[in-house]
Amino acid sequence: MAAISTCRFHRFLKKSMVCKNLTSSLVAKNQAKHASTFTYVAETPQTDGEVKRMNLFQALTDAMDIVLETDESAVIFGEDVAFGGVFRCTVGLRDKYGKDRVFNTPLSEQGIVGFGIGVATAGSTAIAEIQFADYIFPAFDQLLNEAAKFRYRTGNLFDCGKLTVRAPCGAVGHGALYHSQSVEAFFSHIPGLKVVIPRGPIQAKGLMLSAIRDPNPVIFFEPKVLYRQAVEDVPVGDYELPLSKAEVLMEGSDVTMVGWGTQLHILREVANMAKDQLGVSCELIDLRTILPWDIETIEQSVNKTGRLMIAHEAPKTSGFGAEIASTIQERCFLSLEAPIQRVCGWDTPFPHIFEPFYIPDKWRCFEAIKKMTNF
Amino acid sequence: MAYLVRNILFRTQLTRGYKQFLFAGSKYFSSTSIEGSASLDADDDVPHFPGLKSKFTDKLEFVNAEEEGHIPVYRVMNRKGEITDKENEPTLSREIIEKVYRKMTLLSTMDRVLYESQRQGRISFYMTNYGEEAAHFGTATALDPEDLIYGQYREAGVLLWRGFTLDDCMNQCFATELDRGKGRQMPVHYGSKKLNFVTISSTLATQMPQAPGAAYAIKRSGKPLCVACYFGEGAASEGDAHAAFNFSATLEVPVLFICRNNGYAISTPSSEQYRGDGIAGRGRGYGIRSIRVDGNDLFAVHNATKAAREYAVRESKPALIEAMTYRIGHHSTSDDSTAYRSKDEVSYWDKLDHPIARLRRYMVSKEWWDDEQEEKWKRDARLQVMQAFGRAEKAVKPPMKDLFTDVYDEMPRHLAEQYEECSAHVSKYPNEYPIDNYASNE
Repeated sequence: MAAISTCRFHRFLKKSMVCKNLTSSLVAKNQAKHASTFTYVAETPQTDGEVKRMNLFQALTDAMDIVLETDESAVIFGEDVAFGGVFRCTVGLRDKYGKDRVFNTPLSEQGIVGFGIGVATAGSTAIAEIQFADYIFPAFDQLLNEAAKFRYRTGNLFDCGKLTVRAPCGAVGHGALYHSQSVEAFFSHIPGLKVVIPRGPIQAKGLMLSAIRDPNPVIFFEPKVLYRQAVEDVPVGDYELPLSKAEVLMEGSDVTMVGWGTQLHILREVANMAKDQLGVSCELIDLRTILPWDIETIEQSVNKTGRLMIAHEAPKTSGFGAEIASTIQERCFLSLEAPIQRVCGWDTPFPHIFEPFYIPDKWRCFEAIKKMTNF
Repeated sequence: MAYLVRNILFRTQLTRGYKQFLFAGSKYFSSTSIEGSASLDADDDVPHFPGLKSKFTDKLEFVNAEEEGHIPVYRVMNRKGEITDKENEPTLSREIIEKVYRKMTLLSTMDRVLYESQRQGRISFYMTNYGEEAAHFGTATALDPEDLIYGQYREAGVLLWRGFTLDDCMNQCFATELDRGKGRQMPVHYGSKKLNFVTISSTLATQMPQAPGAAYAIKRSGKPLCVACYFGEGAASEGDAHAAFNFSATLEVPVLFICRNNGYAISTPSSEQYRGDGIAGRGRGYGIRSIRVDGNDLFAVHNATKAAREYAVRESKPALIEAMTYRIGHHSTSDDSTAYRSKDEVSYWDKLDHPIARLRRYMVSKEWWDDEQEEKWKRDARLQVMQAFGRAEKAVKPPMKDLFTDVYDEMPRHLAEQYEECSAHVSKYPNEYPIDNYASNE
């Protein structure tokens, strides 16, 4: 299966003689259950300029490299970023720009975000890393009560708009409760913040450059399962992709499908399945920015298709899908031909061994399409 | 939190990690590491743990905080206003000292007027500064006007010293059209970009880790400045205080932590707040140079802050000052402190150890001040406060539109729609909303 062959680990096992021994084949069996539930389809860069093959973490490093190069005030900090980061996102940056610009902090998330707000308030560009989105909650107070409200409460005397908080998010196959969470909905309820999630390397670089340069505090969630799996030709130059702008990836006429991050790739496959097996034409939309989100693009699409399915890894109740569903119901009531479907994680903590049953995979999404089109 | 799990996960993400695990996994459990230790001198009998520099001991002894004694309280003048050691004679000029005295008493006058106005329902909330005036002016006079300040909420004197006017205070408390904060926050949440005083927020201690961040940016800019961060002894119990102390030490930033230890956090006495040697006693644990001062002694606070500032800027390291004082007033207008402390206790500090009275005794002994000047200034100060009060009370509130602006740098589409919706609604029900009190949206 293509999905499996794109996984580095399995590639390694196939090449390896060790694969034949009992231990590693057990590992392979266990890993196969957890292997990607999607196929990453590399996108084509919209450029005539130079491109370079990069995976998602390399594209992010490239974006931060450009920022450090062009903005002397910019600093990167967090837990273990100095040696390159536990996901390799900051490899080489300290050697290139110095230890006063790329440095480790003590292990304290509230400290990291508070520190970043201070750096930004003093007028410098602050790029803070939270090692996993699951660990962003000790900093929730700093993000909710401080970063998000800084400009408002000071009457625009002060702001921390130069702050960007990066955090790996989402399912990874075996991350269980505290290395898998998708926490965007918590932050979608915070006026003053922007929340961005890319779906691949080209997107990640452009959106990250926009996020860092946006004059508002931005939380940038990086789907960690894509760090290595998602590889494509990324423009080497400096480019930005707009925030608060969804992108229509596939045009269709029967159903609108909205997702973000990794889920987008599952939906892409579902769109193909729907076309091949049901003759249903799906319009696929990557929301990209959770807050403030692009209502108009979704609204236009649903007014055309009459059906909407939203899918996300996070639990269903009060997930961001609920916000989209209620807004679209309000705006597209006369166009809707079926109830809006939400295909989400279950309302449980994110489990370890049960991950295959937990995530909103292509079969669950496909089933929802059938249900909607037969309504 | 099980952060170790992260490393395990990280390893499983890496091909190289798998190679190590699969091919050389046994290495981790073998005795091969003994070979590696051959380079160490076997006779070198000192600890090599990466986590500390220390020595071994054969005695089983716990460190006993109680036996270590307490950090003494640095004092320059006694309660009678007499300098106890000529070496410490203040470096402040007569002119500055008189100016400090006038602003201290002006603050006290404003406190009385605004406290009363809250009791009468003319403003919604207030917090006085009674008893802590020396901690404000002693520190403020030792800082460079360009030093960035983060406060908690009981530091109005610092702002007054820097040039915040009575009108500025009143406009904020009454939320007038002239309030630079646009009437969005509760009273006493002051701020001034011009005066390098970061706007106050209610959340305790959140400013603390922000201060080292700002100090880091300032340090990189090469300017010989520091950041001063004020907080109470109650706020020092927050996790953010721990983060702030630790970050400032490890990242080596010029920041002054100034703790106002006034004995109470609302009703909670400091005996229920901590069991160590106050806040200054914690400095050592973080590797932060610390001092405890008599917070009712303007000169002690000033001298300590001046020395701490010089050290912080020169060495690019943090310093901690704990100013011991007493909260004479209620915590706020929402609090009646007689419910948890005696009137006698309050009266002692008010009558026998008040920072303003102590400074006045010093000035009288120098023949810089007398009863006649005192009476005249009292009248002047009260007049100034009442005039500013009158102006603010009559002023119009900011336009309703300011409810929606500054959430982001630009108003996003969904907020613009909500603003329109709100406007349309209020226009439809004009008699149900206090629109006449607000400036026009144009």
